[in-house]
Amino acid sequence: MEQQLVISVGREFGSGGHLIAETLAKRFDLPLYDYNLLAEITAGKDIDVSQLKKYDEAPRIRFFHRTVKGHSSSPAVNIAQMQFDFIRKKAEAGESFVIVGRCAEEILRGHPALVSIFILGDHDAKLDRIRRLYNLTTEDAESLMQNTNRKRKNYHNHYCKTKWGDSRNYELSINSSRIGYDETTDIIEDYIRHRFPEL
Amino acid sequence: MAAQIVAICIFVIMFGLVITEKIEKHITTLVCGAAVMLLVFGFFGGWNFHTMWEVLSFEPLATLEFWWSGLAHEGGGHAGGIDWGTIIFLAGMMIMVEGMARVGFFRWLCLTLAKLVRYRVMPIFLVFMVMSAFLAMFIDSITVILFLAAVTIELAHLLKFNPVPMIMAEIFCANLGGSATMCGDPPNIIIGNALHLTFFDFLMNTGLIALIAVVFIIVYFYFCFRKVYRTAGKNVDISTMPDPASVITDKTGFIVSTIIFLATVVLLVTHSMTHLSVAAIGTFTAIVTLLANLKHAKHLLKLVDYKTLLFFVGLFVVVAGLEETGVLELISNLIQSICGNNYLLMIAIIIWVSGVASAFVDNIPFAATMVPVIQKLAGGIDINVLAYSLAMGTDIGGSATPIGASANVVGISVASKEGYPIGWGQYCKYMAPATVIVMAISMLTVWFRYGLI
Repeated sequence: MEQQLVISVGREFGSGGHLIAETLAKRFDLPLYDYNLLAEITAGKDIDVSQLKKYDEAPRIRFFHRTVKGHSSSPAVNIAQMQFDFIRKKAEAGESFVIVGRCAEEILRGHPALVSIFILGDHDAKLDRIRRLYNLTTEDAESLMQNTNRKRKNYHNHYCKTKWGDSRNYELSINSSRIGYDETTDIIEDYIRHRFPEL
Repeated sequence: MAAQIVAICIFVIMFGLVITEKIEKHITTLVCGAAVMLLVFGFFGGWNFHTMWEVLSFEPLATLEFWWSGLAHEGGGHAGGIDWGTIIFLAGMMIMVEGMARVGFFRWLCLTLAKLVRYRVMPIFLVFMVMSAFLAMFIDSITVILFLAAVTIELAHLLKFNPVPMIMAEIFCANLGGSATMCGDPPNIIIGNALHLTFFDFLMNTGLIALIAVVFIIVYFYFCFRKVYRTAGKNVDISTMPDPASVITDKTGFIVSTIIFLATVVLLVTHSMTHLSVAAIGTFTAIVTLLANLKHAKHLLKLVDYKTLLFFVGLFVVVAGLEETGVLELISNLIQSICGNNYLLMIAIIIWVSGVASAFVDNIPFAATMVPVIQKLAGGIDINVLAYSLAMGTDIGGSATPIGASANVVGISVASKEGYPIGWGQYCKYMAPATVIVMAISMLTVWFRYGLI
């Protein structure tokens, strides 16, 4: 039987985590789930995905939502749960994939095929990347970086017992600014191939 | 004075914790209830064990009047403290509803009605609104919406229509239907039990208001969503639709559950004549359901929402703390000083204040708190008129926002999990005006019907 592999990639905004996840998906020939996860979940249904995207990886706003018998009025919470269920089912079905964010390292904790990675970066390197990618001034890039990272942190910490970015929650926590994105990916690939020699 | 301040502080802390959901609601109310016992009636209240015992309300459980009240309307009503009648009734209804759900009753009913209107979307929309209101008169609105929203989404996928407007209309009608009877919404049970009102009293008063309102609301939602549904679902082969009979999981159980449900409705409608208390009806319903589902009895008992029942226990104790220390009297005096003998204003205040409050906070603690207040306000005005006003305000106000009532939360959750998120903006755009319409209808009906104008 083919070795199952699930790579979860948590990332700081601007760290190149998404790029690394994409490259890993190509190298291991795996599907990548990121922003496209909602489209994947709703495939075949007459649902406007753009309506769902505004709640994707969004933190729940306290005071504006209520929970009754495990049902929440927060669309963000429900859409997060929908994604968590989907990720769980995929993993339980024996499928291999790369998943970016969405608390996957916690949702799939204990799964034998899971490799959980967190990509971080130096402040200036992240800022420079965001400025170039989005064509922003330094101030705007700083603001976007802080806001996005705060949202990701709040989102993660709302659904998980563990803290976002805490190295104890991931198998590998690596700073992509030190040796570059390709080299960082090489190290992660090497680690995965050592963990799963059958690959 | 110190006991009063402590009672208010505990109440405010309880409300705050319930809203923030940092701690589970039942734990919050139970801990706050224990704090009332120890601090309000104990440390600051001179260790008044007599009051503590009265608040726990165990003694009435052993009396005949608790189960069979031949003296209904002559008694003084529930004296404050834990209202075991409400709790036992709710537990009984929970068991009955779980029994009905197990055999597929609700899905069967929804699909049968959809089949009856030949799966045309606009008639389904109208029929589901009526069914939601009708079912919520007897069954808790959470269960009604849980099943109705799920079937609506199932039909939406098959018939290719947007289920969100239909689910919102169903939620509104469930809350409206719940206001029509004593067992439709928890605030009504609390109000009815406390004031010795019967199912029939509610049906003839709040029921009438709900009936008028539901006509207006169906017209309102029709005009809001006619463009969405008029052309939806055309060119769909109805032979591919699911067969209602196929969703029944146990035919004998289905027949028995239907009989138990109808018998419960008859017992509720006639309880002013039989003098059976709602606690007795709840107990009877629970026992019969468990006997009829002997193999699944353990499972049904596990499904009972004990957390909600415990939430009620703690809540009643905290409210008793406010009542016994005279805080609620201060509130009623404040309302009295604003209104004087202007009963039009008093009714308007009760309906709109309870409506607005229920739109943002849980209407159950609000109703439980307000019952002793209206008891103190009564004098120049019939207490039942105040009771019906309070019931309409708390039941209907909750429809205005996504967090106002349990049915809203459950409906939004079911829709969102299926890929149809309903945000505050979209929800309030249609539901807040509908709420204002029904509250205005309620106020005007109370004014005219009880001769205040």
